[in-house]
Amino acid sequence: MNQPDFLDVISFGPGGWGAALLAGAWMTVLIAISGFLIGSIIGTFGAWAKISGGRTIRAIADGYTTVLRGIPDLLVIYLFYFGGSAAVTAIGRFFGSEGFIGFPGFLAGALAVGITSGAQQTEVFRGAFKAVHKGEIEAAIACGMSRALRFRRIIAPLTLRHALPGMGNVWQVVLKESALVSITGVAELLRQAQVGAGSTGMPFNFYVVAGAIYLTISTFSGALLQWSERYFSRGVRRN
Amino acid sequence: MDWTFTLETFISLVAAIPLTLQLAATSILLGAFLALGLALLRLSGVRVLDWFARFYVFVFRGTPLLVQIFLIYYGLSQFPAVRHTMLWPILREPYWCAVIALTLNTAAYASEIIRGGLVSVSHGQIEAARACGMPRFMVFRRIVLPLAIRQALPGYGNEMISMVKATSLASIITLMEVTGVAAKIISETYRAIEVFIVAGVIYLTINFLLTRLVHVVEYMLSPHLRAPRLRTPVQGESK
Repeated sequence: MNQPDFLDVISFGPGGWGAALLAGAWMTVLIAISGFLIGSIIGTFGAWAKISGGRTIRAIADGYTTVLRGIPDLLVIYLFYFGGSAAVTAIGRFFGSEGFIGFPGFLAGALAVGITSGAQQTEVFRGAFKAVHKGEIEAAIACGMSRALRFRRIIAPLTLRHALPGMGNVWQVVLKESALVSITGVAELLRQAQVGAGSTGMPFNFYVVAGAIYLTISTFSGALLQWSERYFSRGVRRN
Repeated sequence: MDWTFTLETFISLVAAIPLTLQLAATSILLGAFLALGLALLRLSGVRVLDWFARFYVFVFRGTPLLVQIFLIYYGLSQFPAVRHTMLWPILREPYWCAVIALTLNTAAYASEIIRGGLVSVSHGQIEAARACGMPRFMVFRRIVLPLAIRQALPGYGNEMISMVKATSLASIITLMEVTGVAAKIISETYRAIEVFIVAGVIYLTINFLLTRLVHVVEYMLSPHLRAPRLRTPVQGESK
């Protein structure tokens, strides 16, 4: 075999893929964080809709979570990527532009990941809110706190404490799901590995390295989440 | 909505359902055996076996399924040695590569579910079986495993749904299951919304039927948890 040494191939020097893979890893983290944050916002509204919405709003929220948990994430990414391009092209045509306009893959990916993780986070937040003791909220009302103050000082921090373990799980799912965004051509980790594999003829090595980087990211963020769980539960009595 | 287009899409997607089901069923079935083996390794008490199972679960749960699929489909062909073994006719088929990746992946998740089920079996049950003179294997086969299966079933149902969704990734390595056909139609017509709705309905129906099926099995396996069927008193019968 006259293939170059693999350590040279993934090195950071000239002709090495180290920098490209690292940039890809950074892009993966960015997609995952954007998707996770979009999902958190959707999840907050979704949980609110399920807890205190009227019949219609509740039905919409139920429909949303049921549908998004029952269909593949890949299909949602296709919807946003191709659907987004079709919509942007239509808008462009309206303003007199000719031809096809592509929808940015990063945006499509972040939105798709956000919408799917939003369904999971809706359930996480709803469960966490249910775990908040009714007495706490009653005490806040008795103290004369307004709705907004009650939410900010009492409900949000307590819900967050109960939601953290579930949010940690969703984060791990989101991180892995971000790999699917590679189909839109965004230069995230898996896409970079694919490019590297194609141009060096060493797919095995590249995918192993990509897998190792995913493992590293998920291990480190998992440790961070565990630490924050401890931090936010510091007021909880343990036996 | 263009109904003729929607109907045509529906017909072509329905034709792809068997492949989706076949992928899901094969990998769930094979994965269940592997998962049971891994769960037993975790509980074996032998440190090396325990660590091996832990490492397996860590790697397969910590990396994206798409990376695993690429590693098996593209990665293994890098080695001429693999291409000359008897396994090559299997490893060169995208279908078998998808089945292998899905099986290895689901085994990692399912082994944790099964382990939870096995651990939940109370000592009293095992002691009673031992006291009846059952040998170890019979205790496992007649007492521990049935109880564990019943305990693990709800979690396993969720894992099965994830697997049905995960089969969509096989489309990326050219398999024409439901998502593969949907992606082909979308990229040809750029009518993402109609295709998405049709494919979504198909996946939701499959998953809905799957949850019903799991519920039925759960019902059948827990006769002792149901209220006894009351004999309706015959009219005129004294109480």
